Amino acid sequence: MELNTPQGPLFAYTGARDHQDQQQAVVFIHGTGMDHTVWVLPSRYFARHGYNVMALDLPAHGRSKGQPAPTINAMAESVIEAMAAANVATAALVGHSMGSLVALSAAARYPDRVRSLALIGSTAPMGVHPDMLKYASDNDHGVIDMLTYWGYSKAAQLGGNENPGMWMAGGTLRLLERAADDIIHIDLDACRAYDQGLAHAGSVQCPTLFILGERDIMTPVRSAQKLIGAVTDAKVCVIDGSGHSLMMERPNDVLDALIGIV
Amino acid sequence: MSKVKTFGFDTLSLHAGQQPDPATGARATPIYQTASYVFKSPDHAASLFNVERAGHVYSRITNPTTAVLEERIAALEGGIGAIATASGQAACHLAIATLLGTGEHIVASRSLYGGTHNLLEYTLPRFGITTTFVDPRDPDAFAAAITPQTRLLFGETLGNPGLEVLNIPAISEVAHAHGLPLMIDSTFTTPYLCQPFALGADIIFHSATKFLSGHGVIIGGLVVDSGTFDWAGSGKFPTLTEPYAGFHNMNFVEEFGPAAFITRARKEGARDFGACMSPTTAFQVLQGMETLPLRMQRHVANTRAIVEFLGEHDAVEWVSYPEREDHPDHELAKQLLPKGCGAVFSFGIKGGREAGQRFISRVELLSHLANVGDAKSLVIHPASTTHHRMDADALAAAGISEGLIRLSVGLEDPEDLTEDLDRALRASQKG
Repeated sequence: MELNTPQGPLFAYTGARDHQDQQQAVVFIHGTGMDHTVWVLPSRYFARHGYNVMALDLPAHGRSKGQPAPTINAMAESVIEAMAAANVATAALVGHSMGSLVALSAAARYPDRVRSLALIGSTAPMGVHPDMLKYASDNDHGVIDMLTYWGYSKAAQLGGNENPGMWMAGGTLRLLERAADDIIHIDLDACRAYDQGLAHAGSVQCPTLFILGERDIMTPVRSAQKLIGAVTDAKVCVIDGSGHSLMMERPNDVLDALIGIV
Repeated sequence: MSKVKTFGFDTLSLHAGQQPDPATGARATPIYQTASYVFKSPDHAASLFNVERAGHVYSRITNPTTAVLEERIAALEGGIGAIATASGQAACHLAIATLLGTGEHIVASRSLYGGTHNLLEYTLPRFGITTTFVDPRDPDAFAAAITPQTRLLFGETLGNPGLEVLNIPAISEVAHAHGLPLMIDSTFTTPYLCQPFALGADIIFHSATKFLSGHGVIIGGLVVDSGTFDWAGSGKFPTLTEPYAGFHNMNFVEEFGPAAFITRARKEGARDFGACMSPTTAFQVLQGMETLPLRMQRHVANTRAIVEFLGEHDAVEWVSYPEREDHPDHELAKQLLPKGCGAVFSFGIKGGREAGQRFISRVELLSHLANVGDAKSLVIHPASTTHHRMDADALAAAGISEGLIRLSVGLEDPEDLTEDLDRALRASQKG
């Protein structure tokens, strides 16, 4: 679905089904340098189960045009604007990594627009390794290597994909390589600079589910505890053995968890 | 600055794609010899059919054992995903049929495996897909043969039988400048000796029957997707960029991004053409791939020893191997194949067709048969076997002389191989 927003034309994948009046909505928000394709499986599931699905490409990501949003709050604005352009009044927001911060910001600042919240691979503040930022600022492939391999558990770096025949690391490398110059750096710097996470968490009024990877070294479970504690109505699902790239490593477990919150 | 440490080639050859079996703890990859898989509920079934959950429905399309093999070759090639097929020919056909339809066109190297040549020259035209064959050593010839209907450029890493080293970087530049993908048959080199994706190729296929398995007990093939080609940007591949009525208007580029090609190949080609690999075959290929690096090192070492031996033998007119300075592609081979040029090569025996027949009849350790890439050394004399109907002129047109002998060097003690060759060569000269 193509959406005309004040920030420019944005794209949202609908799970291969058109939106219908009177259906509840779910909005998926991708992580650094990625796009809607990381949400294909749950998008198709919720679309078939009677939801209006929007797996959004943030500005200047994937199929979306416009200038990249430089901050987490600006990304959240683009999500709210995309919802408005699609005539979606309220939605469950599902975000991964950077996208989880975007969802958190949107839920805190637009509580009447957010029905529930799922934060996957999340923590706040979200520290970013300085070497990762340096590689990103140089548009050096090193940042793509770090995001890819640090994003998977050690076991998953050897494969064993639940999605048959697909090499997970290769898929992530190729997806990140498609990001335009400077996008990964802008995204990572937005994560690093976002210092309102705990305050925003205190403002969240809707049911919230944290889906965390037990072997996540980028947003470790222990680092998320302050954020979890700041949310009034929070539940936690820790997926044993998974790294940070939970939708790729454990797509079925993530879907099962989402069914309970969306 | 930190650098990411990733698993190396040898480790991936052993482990990629496999975790210890979650049901039993089995360390080896289990053979899931099953046609189908029980659904937990009607909704679970629907979610698998509708690509909402990861899993298996029917072994013609996916199977847990073949999936390990598919991941492993994708990992070793630096790709995004793969599909295991019933044979190398099936792999070639699957890739072509996923991309091309009637009225469309391929530009291919003229130095191809005979089975591939038959497919392109005689069979695919019946389905409206034509091919122009060009000199594999001339990237400009590939460019000149491209028409508005062209959808694919294609060649082998090492040509057959001349071992032309394909200039993959140059030909991929030609392909990409025209919005076309380059497909490579990498059977002779395996990812141990050459990784065509790193050189610019977009799709690879293998006959897994050969070096990948190494034991000569199975027939199988593999198609691997690099995930790098810009199908949408090309604008020439509606099978990937337009809704597909055969899968509820699935749009492969929109929904799967870099994985568009391999996903369509599975959702359509594996489903409809049905040339799948059996789980037991996949298991056997995996057993071979565990030792791929070690075997390829020995294949190359033995080949180098035999090339040197033959180069000095009185009964040998010539030896064609890209590591020799007299091979036309010697410099390119040093650049693209620094770990070796494989274990298949040709030499010319003095005395022509009759001497070749005498030689073949006297080898005892080497096996006279029509295959390559076995752990055992193999030999064939095309003028008295695969090309026996051709006279000298026709053979020459095919790049084959009457005295040409093709060897596929195995893993035996090299001294035993040279002894066998020496005895047969001497006998061949006593006509």
